Amino acid sequence: MAERHRYPKSPMTYLLRVIVIVYLVLLVVWPVALVVTNTFENGGEALRSIIEDPDMMAALRLTAVAAVVATAINTVFGVSMSLLLVRNEFPGKRVVSSLLDLPLSVSPIVVGLALVLVYGGRNGWLGPTLESWGFQVIFSTPGIIMATAFVSLPLVIREVVPVLEELGIEQEQAAQSLGASGAQTFWRVTLPSIKWAVIYGVVLTLARSLGEFGAVKVVSGNVLGETRTATLAVEEKYLNFDQQGAYAIAFLLASVSVVAILVVFLLRAREDRRERSLS
Amino acid sequence: MSVQIEAVRPATARRTPTHNLTRTSGIGLGVTMIWFSLLVLIPLAAVVATAAAGGWDGFWRAITNEQTAAAIRVTVTAAFAVTLVNIVIGTMISWVLVRDRFPGKGLLELVIDIPFALPTIVAGLVLLSLYGNDSPLGLHFANTKWSIYLAFLFVTLPFIVRTVQPVLEELDQEIEEAAASLGASRFTTFRRIILPALVPAIAAGAALSFARAVGEYGSLVLLSGNLPFESEVTSVRILSAIENDNRATAASIATLLLLISLLVIVVLDIVQRRVARRG
Repeated sequence: MAERHRYPKSPMTYLLRVIVIVYLVLLVVWPVALVVTNTFENGGEALRSIIEDPDMMAALRLTAVAAVVATAINTVFGVSMSLLLVRNEFPGKRVVSSLLDLPLSVSPIVVGLALVLVYGGRNGWLGPTLESWGFQVIFSTPGIIMATAFVSLPLVIREVVPVLEELGIEQEQAAQSLGASGAQTFWRVTLPSIKWAVIYGVVLTLARSLGEFGAVKVVSGNVLGETRTATLAVEEKYLNFDQQGAYAIAFLLASVSVVAILVVFLLRAREDRRERSLS
Repeated sequence: MSVQIEAVRPATARRTPTHNLTRTSGIGLGVTMIWFSLLVLIPLAAVVATAAAGGWDGFWRAITNEQTAAAIRVTVTAAFAVTLVNIVIGTMISWVLVRDRFPGKGLLELVIDIPFALPTIVAGLVLLSLYGNDSPLGLHFANTKWSIYLAFLFVTLPFIVRTVQPVLEELDQEIEEAAASLGASRFTTFRRIILPALVPAIAAGAALSFARAVGEYGSLVLLSGNLPFESEVTSVRILSAIENDNRATAASIATLLLLISLLVIVVLDIVQRRVARRG
């Protein structure tokens, strides 16, 4: 690291440092800190009233369920897709690979609209058929899960693909030449090597899923106690002039996401240290 | 992001082995593609198809509606301006993160990821605490068009930083030292040596940042007040069309958003390729 500082520090270095710190404090640090202090203005009162409100607990539970299911789906999908993209050749691979990033650049409202147009119970493409089989998607939990899975779809893939590419296939080939089956190779050789990438991907997906708002708003119908998620409850509380309540739920959601990125941050730092000590 | 990966990893990592699909991976590909189609491709196709069903006239009428056109103008202007700001400040932030060293720098790394992990509705609430009506700074951006710029800056903060940072880390400082020893000023070194190497990553980050801003919704709900012709963004127009059960209009505006994102991604991809070829 010492070679990084062959240049003497110039006034420019300090100027840049100050600009960057001031910018980040004004844009991120100060506002986030204010949410924390606003939440605890009356001690733990606001948080307690959330926990004692059965509707709020239902909203938090729904958010947790949708996020966990969507994350599970995206993890299985993401790991399989990454393996297919890196280890196999098939026609249309390049197109699939670029389409996979699409969910990151589509507006959440468009995501919701797209799902309603296909799975809407009244006049969606597939909705009425599914409904006649007794399966309601839109204005119900499956729709919320789909919207959540849509917006966080590429996150696992983006973490796993570069690691798989760097890994190469020598180890897998060695395992196979020693008689390991495909499943054994995956569980005993491939998965342990991509473990950290999968974990980062899962944490990021979970954080993103817990916080989805726009897409969920369109597909959920926002029925109190049934299809209202925690993020929708924040909006409603705020618009009903229950600022304390809004801040309290926001605080809960924000702490989960901050813990999530903290976990990723610490894992990454540990990984970096290990790499450095190996090299 | 894929571009960034190519830029970071030299040729060795890219020899992806060619495998033919075995039966297991064939089935895997089938299942993942069916899920991907049901979740992403068919719904997005439904948006475009619904817009097309109204014919060119219907599409044109939907997007030239006075209020909608104003919303599109507001959104695109703000997204463009914010992306320009991000190009400058994002590059500065990654520079400080990679080249500068001071106590507490690790904390800044964490701060960069907060906007990505924070639920968008919470992001709105967070910004409201410092720039809303009870602003401790006396800055009242809420319910003005500046709230849109603020929200866009917040949610797009990580994109350019996170694409430029890895490239800057891999950059060989010996070339810079060589340039300096040949008498190049620090500014010349930056402009002629460092900047060209960063352009592809900056362009990739800018594309993500623009696409994200154009479709933004959640962070604006509480912050912007959705005043028509002033602080109403395109996503809000789509949502009100959905709520009025006017699906053709909603789909038309959504298609326009998809086209704008696509256009920006294509243009920036061309920029990247051109720079890559020249370098």
